[in-house]
Amino acid sequence: MTPSRARMITWTAAAAIVGLGVAVSQCSPSGPRTTRRAGVSDTAIAAEKTYVAPGDLDQYYMFSSGGHSGQVYVYGLPSMRHISTIPVFTPYPATGYGFDDDSKAMLGGLTWGDVHHPALSETKGEYDGRWLFVNEMNGRIARIDLRDFKTKQILGPVPNVSGNHSGAFVTPNTEYAMMGTRFSIPIPKGTYAPIDKYATEYKGVLAAVKIDPKSGAMSLGWQILMPPFDFDLGDAGKLLSDGWMFWSSYNTERATGKLEVTSTQKDRDYIAAVDWRAAEKAAAEGKGDLIGGVRVIDPKKVPGLVYLIPCGKSPHGVDVSPDGKYIIGSGKLQGVTTAFNFEKIQTAIRNKDFTGDEDGVPVLKYESVKDAEVQVGLGPLHTQFGTDGFAYTSLFVDSAITKWKLGTWEVIDKAPVSYSIGHLSAAEGDTVSPDGNYLVALNKLSHGRHLNVGPSQPESSQLIDITEEKMKLLYDAFTEPEPHYAQIVKADKLHPIEVYPKEENKHPLAVWDVNQAGVTRQGNKVTVKLVAVRSSFTPTAVEVNEGDIVTVAVTNIEQTTDELHGFGLLDYNINLVIDPGETKVVTFTAKKGVYPYYCTNFCSALHQEMQGYLIVKPR
Amino acid sequence: MARKGFLERSAAFLHEPIGAAPRSVLVLAAVLVVSAHFLALWNLTMFAPQYPDGLRLDIYDHALVGGNGGQDIKEINILNHYIGMRDLAMEDFTEFKWIPFVLGGVALLLLRATVLGTVKELVDATMVFVYFGGFSLWSFGFKLYRYGHDLAPGAAVKVPPFTPPMFGYKQIANFEVYSYPRAGSYLLVAVGLLLVMALWIAWRQRRAPAS
Repeated sequence: MTPSRARMITWTAAAAIVGLGVAVSQCSPSGPRTTRRAGVSDTAIAAEKTYVAPGDLDQYYMFSSGGHSGQVYVYGLPSMRHISTIPVFTPYPATGYGFDDDSKAMLGGLTWGDVHHPALSETKGEYDGRWLFVNEMNGRIARIDLRDFKTKQILGPVPNVSGNHSGAFVTPNTEYAMMGTRFSIPIPKGTYAPIDKYATEYKGVLAAVKIDPKSGAMSLGWQILMPPFDFDLGDAGKLLSDGWMFWSSYNTERATGKLEVTSTQKDRDYIAAVDWRAAEKAAAEGKGDLIGGVRVIDPKKVPGLVYLIPCGKSPHGVDVSPDGKYIIGSGKLQGVTTAFNFEKIQTAIRNKDFTGDEDGVPVLKYESVKDAEVQVGLGPLHTQFGTDGFAYTSLFVDSAITKWKLGTWEVIDKAPVSYSIGHLSAAEGDTVSPDGNYLVALNKLSHGRHLNVGPSQPESSQLIDITEEKMKLLYDAFTEPEPHYAQIVKADKLHPIEVYPKEENKHPLAVWDVNQAGVTRQGNKVTVKLVAVRSSFTPTAVEVNEGDIVTVAVTNIEQTTDELHGFGLLDYNINLVIDPGETKVVTFTAKKGVYPYYCTNFCSALHQEMQGYLIVKPR
Repeated sequence: MARKGFLERSAAFLHEPIGAAPRSVLVLAAVLVVSAHFLALWNLTMFAPQYPDGLRLDIYDHALVGGNGGQDIKEINILNHYIGMRDLAMEDFTEFKWIPFVLGGVALLLLRATVLGTVKELVDATMVFVYFGGFSLWSFGFKLYRYGHDLAPGAAVKVPPFTPPMFGYKQIANFEVYSYPRAGSYLLVAVGLLLVMALWIAWRQRRAPAS
């Protein structure tokens, strides 16, 4: 071989190697093998199914939790239009919530809350359209009256309950709204115990908040003392299992420190099954101790109230099937969801089929109470129900929903969602008679499936058609942080008012006649009765002295739909919005100077002229 | 025999007794007059883009009744204050105090004619009724005119004086205004027709001229 020929071969080989390298580098996959378009409805069909023509109404209300925004958001289905925001735990200037004396007092000095699980009131296990209860992490629970979509009561922080994640779940006749501890602490609140005493001196608490059947008023019911597990979610038994309450828990290791490691050592955690009728009876008989002002029952001393069911590692959802027969527990670090059989649970309790106990609470034998482990996919979180025994389980890790069947345990379909679904909500999907029709995937991440709004991205809620064998994605909606759970109820179950009727306004400071509006004084306390009606306030000037304690009561004497008036007082951080027929009151200390007040909520052609002055004479 | 003159014949007719049929018609007419008290006489309905369901005003012989549980009348007053129109207030309408009495009087006159039973009483009742009907319609029209013309000079919105429609449709600013009689008025029209009918029957049944 000549040197020149050898050189040529060398160069050719080198070129070939480089070429091959370039070619191989071009071969890296451009996308995943499974296309994200799977499970998407035909565009025209999806458009038709979700299109609600202007002026037409949606079929369902969806009440979506607003997470740490502290609010509840109201959507219409199937359009997925955001219709209204109900402020609950956070001031909301748009409706003046948290600015008037009453709502400010109700917020109790806290200006945020982490809203988790909305629960509609029920009668015989069906939504009755009366109230919506929502829990939040500071240990509070709120009641929204669906007659006017307003927060009417905030109870709490409920004593002893710390990190109220595992609420609000109502019993089938709204006897109770249940809640529980996520972050165990020594109780009562304010008690000191070092962290190394966590396993013994820190306590979890399960709490039943009593609901007045007529008024919906909430009061502290009774509580159950539990080991320091992290109670996560719950669902009340229904029909067959009525009278029982189920809570999932994690960190049954009773670990501290970095829980992502320390609390995931055991293969199974627990579902706590509580015979709440028996607990109610025990509380009525005066059993248990008053701790933090509430009757707390120790199951070690009152046996027969609580049992622990082993469930796949770190469970999130625990959901009772519509007939009450199955309790579906999903260990979120597993690939299966487990169906427990209520009758088997009862048999195991009768036969004392226990494998041990936790602080005196018996642990049932897993094999004796489970009916099936359903191969749903990775990271099962939460299950909802459709018609004909179909169940839908969200899969956080797989970012998908799996449809399967109760009883046969067969997996029927799996649809991808975008992305990383937490909870899901089916139309009346946690009642005794789910509607089918629609399912909403409440996703944690939207990953830019929307116009770019910068790094602070919205969550996504996806509407899925579940009327056919295969699930079909219909619509993406982008929702405020953070939809932890939602309730979807048929629109015709709600009958809200449009104005507050004059006859119902019993407010002592209300005035309905402009001639009765005006200023009265008692010492340095000044009461201003103000009338708002298109397009003026009466009076239009209020003169007080510096340092006076001024109470302004604004009555909107309109009785016409949507004729809201606002009362913005500049430089005082005062902003009321008064609905037709409503009276709102705000109290403040006058500072010298002249301050305009004006109508903030556009009311009429002469809205801009609706104004007045607060004139404060110096001392 | 020579034929009597018209006046003589009419005078004679006035003193004629009326038969069972006209008397029954009069009783029916009296019932209708009383019924009219319980039914709306007139209705004004106004539509605007912001009021797709309309604002409704029913006029009875004794009251103004707003639609939507009385709310519509308040709404009409709120809107009208922008153009300086007086509030529609019940106490401004003396009609509501005396019209029910007049209707009761007419009913009594009809019953009187039924009992006394001559054409004369029937004619009396008819005359009072026709006068009352005519006067009421004029009064209604005049009220509409006054409300649309007596506009406060300092009103926020200056509009040229106008008369709302008494019968039919009119566009006033952003409002379509419709004004039509309601069941009560139709009953009263029926009363008028019944009275004519009673007279006509009485005329047909008058005694043959003495031979």
